[in-house]
Amino acid sequence: MIDTRKPAPAARYGMIIDLDRCNGCGSCSVACAVENNVPPPHPKATTRTGLNWLRVFRVEHEGRDAFIPISCMQCGEETPCQSVCPQNAVAIDPATGIVGQIPERCLGCRYCMAACPYQARAFNWWDPQWPAGFELTLNPEVGVRQRGTVEKCNFCHGRWHAARQQAAANGENGPVSYQPACAEACPAQAIAFGDLNQSEFAAKAAGHACFRLLDSLRTGPKIVYKTSSASLRNALQESRHA
Amino acid sequence: MPSALASAPAASIDRRFINRGASRSTLARFSLWLLPWFGLLALGAYAMYLCLSQGLFHTNMDNRYAFGLWIFLDLTIIALGAGAFFTGFLLYVLRNKELKAVINSAVVIGLTCYSGAMVVLAVDVGQPLRAWFTYYHPNVHSMLTEVTFCITCYLAVLAIEYVPLVLKNRQLKLRPSFLVFEWELHKLMVVFALVGTLLSFFHQGSLGGLFGVLRGRPFVFREGFAIWPSTFFLFILSAMAAGPSFVALTTWLVEKLARRRLIQAAVYDTLGRISGKLLLAYVFLKTIDTLLWINQTAPGRGFPAHRFYLESAFGTWMLFAEIVLFGLLPAAILIRPSWRARRGALITGAILACLGVTLNRFVLTIQTMALPTLPFDRFLYYSPSWQEYAAFGAIIAYAVLVYSFSYRYLTLFPQERELALSSKRS
Repeated sequence: MIDTRKPAPAARYGMIIDLDRCNGCGSCSVACAVENNVPPPHPKATTRTGLNWLRVFRVEHEGRDAFIPISCMQCGEETPCQSVCPQNAVAIDPATGIVGQIPERCLGCRYCMAACPYQARAFNWWDPQWPAGFELTLNPEVGVRQRGTVEKCNFCHGRWHAARQQAAANGENGPVSYQPACAEACPAQAIAFGDLNQSEFAAKAAGHACFRLLDSLRTGPKIVYKTSSASLRNALQESRHA
Repeated sequence: MPSALASAPAASIDRRFINRGASRSTLARFSLWLLPWFGLLALGAYAMYLCLSQGLFHTNMDNRYAFGLWIFLDLTIIALGAGAFFTGFLLYVLRNKELKAVINSAVVIGLTCYSGAMVVLAVDVGQPLRAWFTYYHPNVHSMLTEVTFCITCYLAVLAIEYVPLVLKNRQLKLRPSFLVFEWELHKLMVVFALVGTLLSFFHQGSLGGLFGVLRGRPFVFREGFAIWPSTFFLFILSAMAAGPSFVALTTWLVEKLARRRLIQAAVYDTLGRISGKLLLAYVFLKTIDTLLWINQTAPGRGFPAHRFYLESAFGTWMLFAEIVLFGLLPAAILIRPSWRARRGALITGAILACLGVTLNRFVLTIQTMALPTLPFDRFLYYSPSWQEYAAFGAIIAYAVLVYSFSYRYLTLFPQERELALSSKRS
């Protein structure tokens, strides 16, 4: 039994993505899609109309390719998408810091997509469809979204719920430890997931090789990138227009 | 009366609905004028059906270009339709009696612009049946919530303002109850004008605020006053400036098509003067806002402003066109009485003013979406699909049809009869 009289300490989940390790294999994207019931792309979909919660950009830098996985940064300060949604379909969970999307409430106005500087949100331009038989592989922990709604990464909220239920069954109240599908699937172990309120993980995220994309916009992204290459770090830290 | 109407031929019925003293084209000629617009309306209705029944993949918008032609044109026609609230405010609240000559026309323009914009918005959103959610659990921090509330309420006000025009139709006013109702409504017009002004101030402003609050888009993000970014106030002012110009432009166009004078020259002069003065105030504030953005807001967020104009077709000429060519120039034309007195110059000024507000809305929607924010992202291109053009064409056709019917059967220009008589006498 959980003692609800004591307020549970909040978590602040975040990610450290090691760009030196990422080889652009795309396993993270595939694992994300499978875990979160993201349908296969429509035959007419393009790179700009497809559904992807996690995209891997290839950037040529000093004659070499660098791969930058981009998903929702779970902005923690003045979250751009949350304040603009007219019907509260974007909600920040104070217990986890995760920016959630409520598809059942989404109007499909795409204002949140226009507001997101990371362009990490995707719209269901088509009805979601799976090849015959594939519906049996759907994850029962995650709802399927409708056409005309916006969706995005939520740090595998289904997994968090499962971990939370397990903790509750054990009588524990407080932040739980779990791994999102992308971190689990990465063969190069380039993605580290943890609680930024825990000093050990926070120290790793604050390392000298770490940086945040578009930090100057002051939206407090909770995904941190890491590379030993100072020039790549500087190139990615600069705004495009600087 | 109904049995008499049923037995009469169409042309005769048509004549009975046209107000006394109003000279209108023959029914055949009028039908010919309506035909292409009905065709465009049908094509647009089909395009809307495709988008609503199958999905928005029929458009060329995408995950990166989330707003496209529809939002840009919605913002534009809502700004141009501002003539309705502003003329009402000047006439009923500030008692500028001269504008009585165009208030009816301004109401029809406003009604068609706003209702048309609402229809396109309903197609543009992915789940239009959930639109009521905004009322049920609104996010009070969202500018879009304010826009939704105010536009729907203002549309109701415009519909109420349109009712007395309809009730004054030659056949309808034969019923005493309609006349009484029209008279009672007319007495309340000052209240509706005030409510309409208040609602319009907020939704015009919030439409500007939609973009000004985008802190993730440094090209449009603006500091402001209290909770409102500067674009909130600039949108109100630009709409107030463009509204009278659009009313003057529409009236001039109808005069050309109908080949008769509809309002006195003094009314054109008043509309031009008001538009010019407000446009000058807008240009002044827009210049200050742009300088603040260049020197403070954009660099403060890590994006030197001049770089936004370096890598695409949208160069600094856009800024020049917006502020000087379509701002300062029409303001100068419309303010100077000797220039304004020449109809050609006044209409040129009005066209430039309307183009200015259109360009401003283009910059905030299309240019903003095209500019990438991520350091390794590219400039984005977007070209609307035929469904997008057709759906919007349907709204234009709808506006033309409503205006045409209103002009034919209602009294849009009260000075028309008097001007026709005076021209006959002369």
